Amino acid sequence: MKYAFWPGCVALGGTPELYQSTKLVLGKLGIEVEELTNATCTGAGVLQEKNRKLGDTLNVRTFAQAEQMGLPIMTICSTCQGTMAQAQLAVIKDDGYLADINKDLAAEGLEYHGETVTKHLLWILVEEYGLENLKKHFVRDLSGLKFAPFYGCYLIRPSDALGFAEVPERETSLERVIESTGAEVVDFKGARACCGLPILFINQNNSLKMVATHTGTAKDLGADAMVTPCPLCHLNLDGYQGKAAKKNRGSAVDLPILHLPQMLGLAMGFTPKELGMNKHMVSTSRLQEQVVSPAGV
Amino acid sequence: MPATVPTKLKANLRVQRFDPESERPETFYQDYEVEVEDWFTVLDALIKIREEIDGTLSLRCACRASICGSCAMRVNGQAKLVCKTKLDSVWSPGETVIIDPPGNMPVITDLVADFKPFWDKIRQVQPYLQPTGPEPVAEYLAPNEDMVHLAGVMNCIMCGACVSDCTVLEVDDRFIGPAALAKAYRFVADPRDGKKKERLEALNGDTGIWDCTRCMQCVEVCPKDVAPMERIMVMRDQAIEEGFSGTVGARHTESVYNSVKRSGRLNETRLAIESVGVMNIPGQLAMAPVGVRALLKGKMPSPIDHKIPSKDAVKKIVEKSEETSK
Repeated sequence: MKYAFWPGCVALGGTPELYQSTKLVLGKLGIEVEELTNATCTGAGVLQEKNRKLGDTLNVRTFAQAEQMGLPIMTICSTCQGTMAQAQLAVIKDDGYLADINKDLAAEGLEYHGETVTKHLLWILVEEYGLENLKKHFVRDLSGLKFAPFYGCYLIRPSDALGFAEVPERETSLERVIESTGAEVVDFKGARACCGLPILFINQNNSLKMVATHTGTAKDLGADAMVTPCPLCHLNLDGYQGKAAKKNRGSAVDLPILHLPQMLGLAMGFTPKELGMNKHMVSTSRLQEQVVSPAGV
Repeated sequence: MPATVPTKLKANLRVQRFDPESERPETFYQDYEVEVEDWFTVLDALIKIREEIDGTLSLRCACRASICGSCAMRVNGQAKLVCKTKLDSVWSPGETVIIDPPGNMPVITDLVADFKPFWDKIRQVQPYLQPTGPEPVAEYLAPNEDMVHLAGVMNCIMCGACVSDCTVLEVDDRFIGPAALAKAYRFVADPRDGKKKERLEALNGDTGIWDCTRCMQCVEVCPKDVAPMERIMVMRDQAIEEGFSGTVGARHTESVYNSVKRSGRLNETRLAIESVGVMNIPGQLAMAPVGVRALLKGKMPSPIDHKIPSKDAVKKIVEKSEETSK
């Protein structure tokens, strides 16, 4: 298995532990990746506010780069995945629009033919790698731990761009991957809610209320950690959890927020430090103690 | 029993109940088992419960053809027009489908919500044409091609599904919300309206267009493809174009755009600083603790641009798109 890898700006910036843990986990799984070093930011829907077509053009440019490599694209960010899926849907259903965009890519010798698809690592594990194969690499039993899923808006909405009708298992993919580690899924409404990051600077009160509500609810339901496939959610849920809890609950929530590959890495027997769990704002030390020593490692 | 008699299909519905006139009013769930046909909508099942099992169950409905917008409620946690939702799309035999009233509005009784906050916000955006200049002899005319882009947003039937599931309204009931903002767009973008700038100025403030988180709930649940969030995004751009560029939201958008144009990538640290406002000292100080902690954890992204090797080609694409959109 080989993919053209687009880590996204946040995995390359504010959450280096996501990049670090992804690389370890992919190596263990034997999934090869070639990084798209010339891909741009997807625009995250923000650039699209100003110029939708420019956003689509930059994303199609990335698709074309992967197509030249003859590889499908792997993302590790819900926001990148959703934004790229929306761009792909826009050009797939409108040949004229695609031809128009391809004209702007010609200067770089690029052209997208609609062949390369973009999939989040979470989907790749469920749809292509297979959970049974994944489990073969787990050496630590995480049963006894409770993990709350947190998808990130763009990995679940709008469902038509994300192919839920064609691939229904995407809708519950995170719960299934959590279960595959032996951990228990905390069933809570917040799993598909918004983390509030897009309005963190615009309306911080509202943004922090979202963080406090979702982390607090998960914690009250017994979660030992929250697991997210979106580094933007991680920025808010981890980075601002302390402030949000103090302001809205009066006391700390102290719920560690794990990137999806960190949870997988724990099950695979990597040390918390190897997975960058020391780089979190909310301490992961209690969770580290709860994780039993790797069997046979 | 002869094999030719078909077994009737029975569906299980768990319905939220609330009787304000009871001695101790409180919400609770009531389970119903009802015989259904394979062509039933969720509304058919609810009406059958009301008519044959429990006449006290209150719900709103009228046209049964997704035109009147009366029957929006939550089905398994998501807002839907129940007359447009086939039962078998949300329920399979052996399961229980959960029905709640629409969210983000006070419940009057059972599945009936008080739409006063909804209508107050629709009124707030002045949902009527306000032309300027001399009155025409006959009606105000506009060419088809200037109006066709409004067809989608004019499909709104005011059912409140988007408001029910809006993630911002959940934490802040002052937010104007997706339905009223979509309605505002309908007039902002109408070529016959003379108050575009005033409208955008009003929507540019607190509780307006910049408070949307872009979570896409409204796009997902709208039964008429109005896509309120996309209308909000267009109004953000139009507000900036009209000169209202002094908001945090406007600076946030510009910062992302300029960062991609300069380097091909997002500069997160500059995004934070530029959004809050370079000269906004209290704002910068309020952000500082998180910045310092990130620095201590060794994960503060450099404020220097992370340039991709082909940044010049990207810049050319951006510049070309600026020329064409002029």
